[in-house]
Amino acid sequence: MTVDLTYSIAVVLIVAAVTFLTRAAPFALQNRAGMRNGWVTYLGKTLPPAIMAMLVVYGLKNTGILRYPNGIPELIALTVVAVLHVWKKNALISILSGTAVYMILVQRVFTGG
Amino acid sequence: MANALKKAFPVTVPVLLGYLFVGMAFGMLLQERGYSFIWAFFISLTVYAGSMQFVMLSFLSYYTGLYNIALMTLAVNFRHVFYGISMLEKFKGSGRKKLYMIFSLTDETYSLLCSGSVPPGVDPHLYRFCVAMLNQIYWITGSVVGALAGAVISFNTQGIDFAMTALFATIFIDQWQSYPTHAPALIGLSAALLSLFVLGPDSFVIPALLVIVCVLLIFRERIGPAFETREERGKERDG
Repeated sequence: MTVDLTYSIAVVLIVAAVTFLTRAAPFALQNRAGMRNGWVTYLGKTLPPAIMAMLVVYGLKNTGILRYPNGIPELIALTVVAVLHVWKKNALISILSGTAVYMILVQRVFTGG
Repeated sequence: MANALKKAFPVTVPVLLGYLFVGMAFGMLLQERGYSFIWAFFISLTVYAGSMQFVMLSFLSYYTGLYNIALMTLAVNFRHVFYGISMLEKFKGSGRKKLYMIFSLTDETYSLLCSGSVPPGVDPHLYRFCVAMLNQIYWITGSVVGALAGAVISFNTQGIDFAMTALFATIFIDQWQSYPTHAPALIGLSAALLSLFVLGPDSFVIPALLVIVCVLLIFRERIGPAFETREERGKERDG
């Protein structure tokens, strides 16, 4: 695909700026009330696993359950990632193996449809 | 500086491995979407946020409203606000390094700065600065090498983007195991799935995020105490 320079630069700048904003906010607001307690702290503790669950779904959003291969490669690869991660507790091993299994499945095994 | 680097390097080795590999995956995916290693370099230099850079790939592939991009970035990186809170004291008095320390506070750097005690005989601010800088160098190197390799070597990359899902899944499992309650994770999962089935893959994210925040706030009375009891127990144990 061709790269739209203006749009792409805008994307990078916005993502960079908002990311920095989230990191700098506590240093800028450190003396305001409500930072250490209250709903901000509550969301800070509870949002991360909720967002991460949403991102897992986001990564799988284009998986067609109703058409071949019915999400089976995704299911197998995710199982590999989960089992290895619970067992070895090493993110690198889990990600590498899961991705390798997934690539083999979609390139060599589930090639019909 | 040399001494601080020497002391910081061993601590960063796990991040070195992770960042090189995940950075390479990012670089390859970026290259696949028509963006050269120069883009990989500047994105990893200026954005420098692991999972967000993967989410960003879809913004670079399909036109997305800039407002939606800002909102999505805010949601995905909202957790960083709380990394900052626990670093307020540690970064105090770090002078000119402070701005970089704040900018470079990724999940991995945060975890190293949180857990790692400063080795003796080295300025703690300089040591932390070296940890943060080494990590970003790994990340930039990984993403540039990935983009270059993707351009030079032609192999079948079909399915390589599963690395992103796998990364999210491992973080999800870590959080699942370390959290006192699974309610937030289950709320996130159900809101995302529901929103995906109702609205489809192209527009489910923002509604899902809004539902997640609302449901979390509605059940604050029920979910909140799980965290407090745990902290109190921790205090009793430490004391």
